[in-house]
Amino acid sequence: MSNEAFEPKLVGFLCNWCSYTGADLAGTARMAYAPNIRIIRVMCSGRVDPQFVLKAFAEGADGVLISGCHPGDCHYQEGNYKALRRHRLLSKMLEQFGIEKERFRLEWVSAAEGVKFQHICNEFTEQIKKLGPLSLNGGKDEQREA
Amino acid sequence: MSEEKKIKLKINNKTVEVNEGTTILEAAKLLEIEIPTLCYHPLLEPYAACRVCVVERKIGETSDLVTSCNTKVQEGMEIFTDSEKAMKAKRLNVEMLMAQAPAAEAVQKIAKDLGIEKTRFEIKDPTEKCILCGLCVRTCEQIVGANAISFVERGVERKVSPPFGEPSEACIGCTACAFFCPTGAITYEDIQGRQIVHEELALGPTTAIRVPIRQAVPMVPFIDEEACIHFKTGECKICEKVCDREAINHEMEDEEMEVEVGSVILASGFKPFDPKRIPAYGYGRFPNVITALEFEKLVNASSPTEGKILLANGEEPKAVGIVHCVGSRDENYNEYCSRVCCMYSLKFAHLIKEKTEADIYDFYIDMRCFGKGYEEFYHRLLEEGTKFIRGRVSEVTDIPLTEKEEGKLIIRVEDTLLGAVRRIPVDMVILATGLEPGLDQNEIARIFNISCSQDTFFLERHPKLAPVSTFSDGIFLAGACQSPKDIPDTVAQAGAAASEALALADKGMFELEPITAEIDEELCSGCQICVGLCPFTAITYNKEKGISEINDALCKGCGTCVSACPCGASQQRHFRDAQIFAEIEGMFIE
Repeated sequence: MSNEAFEPKLVGFLCNWCSYTGADLAGTARMAYAPNIRIIRVMCSGRVDPQFVLKAFAEGADGVLISGCHPGDCHYQEGNYKALRRHRLLSKMLEQFGIEKERFRLEWVSAAEGVKFQHICNEFTEQIKKLGPLSLNGGKDEQREA
Repeated sequence: MSEEKKIKLKINNKTVEVNEGTTILEAAKLLEIEIPTLCYHPLLEPYAACRVCVVERKIGETSDLVTSCNTKVQEGMEIFTDSEKAMKAKRLNVEMLMAQAPAAEAVQKIAKDLGIEKTRFEIKDPTEKCILCGLCVRTCEQIVGANAISFVERGVERKVSPPFGEPSEACIGCTACAFFCPTGAITYEDIQGRQIVHEELALGPTTAIRVPIRQAVPMVPFIDEEACIHFKTGECKICEKVCDREAINHEMEDEEMEVEVGSVILASGFKPFDPKRIPAYGYGRFPNVITALEFEKLVNASSPTEGKILLANGEEPKAVGIVHCVGSRDENYNEYCSRVCCMYSLKFAHLIKEKTEADIYDFYIDMRCFGKGYEEFYHRLLEEGTKFIRGRVSEVTDIPLTEKEEGKLIIRVEDTLLGAVRRIPVDMVILATGLEPGLDQNEIARIFNISCSQDTFFLERHPKLAPVSTFSDGIFLAGACQSPKDIPDTVAQAGAAASEALALADKGMFELEPITAEIDEELCSGCQICVGLCPFTAITYNKEKGISEINDALCKGCGTCVSACPCGASQQRHFRDAQIFAEIEGMFIE
């Protein structure tokens, strides 16, 4: 598979109040962005369990995005700070697993930032395209064979 | 108070009964007998300097002359204000004042009333206006409390002056002395050279105590602490003295109140665009370039010009230009359309046509007459002869190129229908300033935990399906804080917001989203990690059972506790781990 044909699969966990609405705005405003991202809505970025990220990578995601409200704007007061902490720790862990830290992103997108969401999606897709597909030695296929 | 001793006296053979301590002047006023005064002011201590108020007093057989402003009444007293003796003395006094201050009109008027044509005394300075009555000195001392001026020198050299004849640091520049001066001897200059365009229309402060706007509700004046003399020197309080109802209280302070409410409607409004940000339009430089709001104040029937459309020099304009989209539909300022400007500009054009003979030019990008009857109004204006020029104005200048442009404001514009740059000379330019979000929009948004859209107007929950709700339950939006809108739209939205708020209150109960978290008693180990994480203190630890419990009414359903639970005991309804895992798996099915 040549790199040019490679279309990465990205998973986005978006909080209901800011980022999901922001993505919605990008949609209603008919902004075109890379179709590689698949979105899962959670009520708050603080709901994103590290297991979800690991599960996504295990299932074959080439990159994972968590997006929440800007610091101080969390609908649940401080859920995005919890997400921030988990992102830091999990990034370290992923590196140890051999997953480049560029594949796991945390972003703040407010409900008004449809343009920012579009920009992030395009940029993230480009970045992962350059990195190439994720290869895990202990990947799912081998596990199944075992 | 009613126990005060009453005193009976006669003035010009009319009997009057007054309280003890009243002056003759005040008693005469009750009988509507006029005694001329110059140095007297009801708010100040009487000083008896001008001696114009002199009257004849008779007690028993003895008679003498007294000044009525500072002489108290006595039982059985008889006063004659126009007896020969009193009039003779009065005439003499006025003649002396005429010699002292020949230029004082107030003295001349009294002289004329008394039938004096000219003074027999020597006139020292024919331009002098000061009668040395000391009213200004007393004003500065007793009312303002600044003590910046006083009498200096003696005898014929006597005059009013600040210490050493130099500008005094004690003077707060309130100009109260000039205001109180009976003869206009004190004048003041604006040494900062500040010139207010259409002075009486300026939206800035006018007096320290005023009604905020003519349509204010409640229609009650307030005191502007920045401008009030009392808050500078601790004195004055004239307003308190003259208010019969004793409604003024300088000791009142701003109060912070806590009010418990079930829902909140935000209607914090907008801020008009400041046209000084577009220097090319010359607002602030040319007195006849005014904003829409200033024109609105000018044309209002209760305006200082009584609704007449006048230039800064008091003349009627012969040509008026209305510039649309000032600060709107412009990437340099605001990209959005402010929505109301086209229609109010048309209204202005109509009013100018109605009230003046002026030619009217409307410079527009697009005419946006979107509402009921609006397009029809536009057509009416076309028929009335308003000249519509399609194109954005690039500049307003006062530099003429031809004789015709001499003394005019010239509007430079590209007429896009003609395909040419035109120069239109006018007398008055009205800038149709757009609507901008309020200054503290972001702060309010943070307080109420709602969002702002990209242009900092408040973000509604859904542009079509929930246009008055926000992302915070119980917080609703009305008016221009959400987006620029005209009065009918604002009223409609406010009505909707009010009924939404009422519907919440009327129900008497609150519907919760079914997304709260729950704890599986079997799985919970009682580690209490979740207790510390919950921002709403919805989770408590049950010591007896050794598990954590969630209060459904407090839980808002963020799921932070769920992702932290090491045993998987805490689960969020509709966002269970298993459900999200399934979602992830589903994504990768080819």
